[in-house]
Amino acid sequence: MHSAIRVPAILLCAVALTHCGGGEKPAEEAVRTGPVVSPDLVNGATVTGKVGFSGAAPAPKPIDMSANPQCERAHKDHPVTAEDIVVNPNHTLRNVFVWIKTGVPALNWAVPSTPAALDQKFCMYQPHVLGAMTGQAVSIANDDPVNHNIHPIPQTNEEWNDVQSPGEAPKLRTFPKQEVMIPIKCNVHPWMRSYLGIVSHPFFAVTAEDGSFTIKGLPPGTYTVQAWHEKFGTQEQQVTVGAKESKAVDFSYSYKE
Amino acid sequence: MHLNTVGQLWVRRYTPVLAFCTLLLVVAGGLVTSNDAALSVPDWPLSWGHLVPVLEGGIRYEFAHRTLGLVVILLTAVLAFRLRTALAWTALGAILTQAALGGVLVRFLDPKAAAIAHAAIAQCCFGLTVLLWLDARDGIAVRESMPAPARIAAAVALFAQTILGAAVRHGVVGPAPHIAGAIAATGLVMWAAFPVLIQQMDNAALRRPAMLLLSITFSQIFLGIAAWMSRVATLDAPQPMPVMVLFTVAHVAVGSLAFGAALALAAAPALPREGMAAA
Repeated sequence: MHSAIRVPAILLCAVALTHCGGGEKPAEEAVRTGPVVSPDLVNGATVTGKVGFSGAAPAPKPIDMSANPQCERAHKDHPVTAEDIVVNPNHTLRNVFVWIKTGVPALNWAVPSTPAALDQKFCMYQPHVLGAMTGQAVSIANDDPVNHNIHPIPQTNEEWNDVQSPGEAPKLRTFPKQEVMIPIKCNVHPWMRSYLGIVSHPFFAVTAEDGSFTIKGLPPGTYTVQAWHEKFGTQEQQVTVGAKESKAVDFSYSYKE
Repeated sequence: MHLNTVGQLWVRRYTPVLAFCTLLLVVAGGLVTSNDAALSVPDWPLSWGHLVPVLEGGIRYEFAHRTLGLVVILLTAVLAFRLRTALAWTALGAILTQAALGGVLVRFLDPKAAAIAHAAIAQCCFGLTVLLWLDARDGIAVRESMPAPARIAAAVALFAQTILGAAVRHGVVGPAPHIAGAIAATGLVMWAAFPVLIQQMDNAALRRPAMLLLSITFSQIFLGIAAWMSRVATLDAPQPMPVMVLFTVAHVAVGSLAFGAALALAAAPALPREGMAAA
């Protein structure tokens, strides 16, 4: 082969291969030492609130499931829309993850024995936003007649990608490091996306159909409460609570076209 | 090449088919990435534990890409064992490397650096098949003169653009370096092609690749703008939208064609003036 051909070919291939490398910054795993502590639901404080929404609610974005007829048939009676922005009738936001970001004593908080449940149903993740403690099992089920792959894309926990065929038993996975939030996607059905918040303590909630949240059993203290929404980002507020005290912390997001 | 006339005819007909199949493979890869289907099949070399998985959703794109990859490997292997030339062996090595890198992408969950390398080696594979085609047609491998520097520079710039484009698609860099690269590459393409059109318009062997390179490069600029605009316009969409997929894949495919045309121009017979300069 003449050098006029060989040299550029080898050079270009070498340039391409030099891009390999890199890696993610490791994160600290949750340290669990000392006696196991559960939230004191009797004497502890409660933080409640609502996540409001101002402005005109954006039109829900339709999802095209024609790439998979079985998924499409599951929604034949009603069009399915994206759940990234769900505005409730009372002008509040659904699917907002609210958690105590700072101020929680670094105790060995009891990990719930019940798994946090994430279901794949009608080719959608249910719920769209979910919270779990570090080390708590997350149960992922497939109630669809189609194949799904489950692909969390964390930044600090380990990334993985697993298959789940119809009728297969739920998969139990744990995430050892605190991370808010971890996107979970299905590459077979690219509209399927869910978010999982992993927290090292039990003080977190996801807003319900009326936009409200409740966090119970907090020890007296001053806390930073953070609200996270996948499109609108995060907001934080400080709150100080005493024993048996209940305080309201409201958030508000707005949308501009 | 040490082939008889019948053999040469066979290779002349075979190599464009190989180049076309390799281009189809590039298109299939573009469809996988644009449809966010790269990890819809989490195992490799099997697919969902089978030779042929249930073809639904993103699995269709990924499996089609793997199948086409196998076809191109077999086609390249047949040619390599037939020709037994360094160029053919290099092409076989490149496509086998590419297949192995595809496995790495699946097993290691699509690391961005490897994904960009996968896109770059795809261009290498296509470029090598174009060179094989040109060699079968014009015997470029026995030519002694070096191509003009402008033509080499144009080919290198277009190849670099494919790397930058892959980096943009995989979110490693923003569009600015790719746009700057497009300006530079277009300038180099004009530097390589315009002298041919001005001085050697009656030389079909030079005129054709020069015109091809210019027309493809200018088309590529508009396709790049369309691909970017469609991406921005559908940023909030819950899934990859057909308009974005169409323009992005077309941009990838035409990028390959531009690189192939640049190689064709670089491998074209030297200008008499260049030959004298070299002498």
